[in-house]
Amino acid sequence: MRVGILCSRVRVEEKLLFTAFENLGITPDRLDERMMTVRVGEYAPPFDVILERSVSTSAGLVATQLFEAAGVLMINSFATSSTCADKLRTTLALSAAQVPQPHTEIALSGEAALEAIERMGYPVVLKPVIGSWGRLLARVNDRDAAEALIEHKEVLGGVGHHIFYIQELVQKPSRDIRAFVVGTETICAIYRSSEHWITNTARGGKASNCPVTPELAALCQRAALAVSGGQGGVLAIDVLEDPERGFLVCEVNHTMEFRNSIDTTGVNIPEHIARFVIESARVIA
Amino acid sequence: MSHSVECIECGASLSLPDNVMQGEILPCSDCGAELEVISLNPLTVDLAPMEMEDWGE
Repeated sequence: MRVGILCSRVRVEEKLLFTAFENLGITPDRLDERMMTVRVGEYAPPFDVILERSVSTSAGLVATQLFEAAGVLMINSFATSSTCADKLRTTLALSAAQVPQPHTEIALSGEAALEAIERMGYPVVLKPVIGSWGRLLARVNDRDAAEALIEHKEVLGGVGHHIFYIQELVQKPSRDIRAFVVGTETICAIYRSSEHWITNTARGGKASNCPVTPELAALCQRAALAVSGGQGGVLAIDVLEDPERGFLVCEVNHTMEFRNSIDTTGVNIPEHIARFVIESARVIA
Repeated sequence: MSHSVECIECGASLSLPDNVMQGEILPCSDCGAELEVISLNPLTVDLAPMEMEDWGE
């Protein structure tokens, strides 16, 4: 079996993944998307399966399309990755599957965005449709802030920032939950705690073990199935705890980081991923 | 293979782990620059690319 790992940037996670595959008797090839040139229609990469781990969302999506067009099994698939990469598409997929999530409104002009924000009531959160690591999330506490943010987005932002993704600010405790789904199983979860309303570990949130209750496991499985067309994958589900509504799925990540979650949970996440990748390729073969 | 290399930003000598990989990102302990291992033989580093808007999970 020929396995590839697509990654330009070898982070702690990628080193752990290479080791996990080697411990299972397979030495993956590293594929750097920066080095790719593809003659469309004639590309025949010698791989049975490729795990996409690009730090660049757009490059990862393009490479995934090229490999899939050449007949390579991609984990995650383009359909799954492109849904997770786009918060609007994620929201629509979760909604179609009736997975509970925060109230969200979309507006396509500043005027409409301000009207939606006023209707939803303060505070709300503005998020870029494509983005990660907590970048450019904006908590909007009042109309003055809303007007300023909208003007900045309209004047300084690229066209992607002219799509206004507006979400209620969930009154969560000072933490959220990051749950890891491999295949369709919720293998472990962490709390990410912070005094700041943004709890991403990339922004300083502290990780601690979160028990995977049957309720959490079932919800995360539903979310994973919703964004993957029922296939599952290698996914991280971000969950908020609302005091009245319970768990709400906030987003789903398709190239998750997990360095802070292995010792914290006691679960060998890279080994689970490597086993899933190998098993998926065997099923296809 | 030598396991030390000079930081191209500040000139400090960096010791690299035995299992260093091409593409790995290493911070310089002296100046804090992020360095990318672009070749293992000869061992060569360059400044790592700056974070882009679409980077993440």
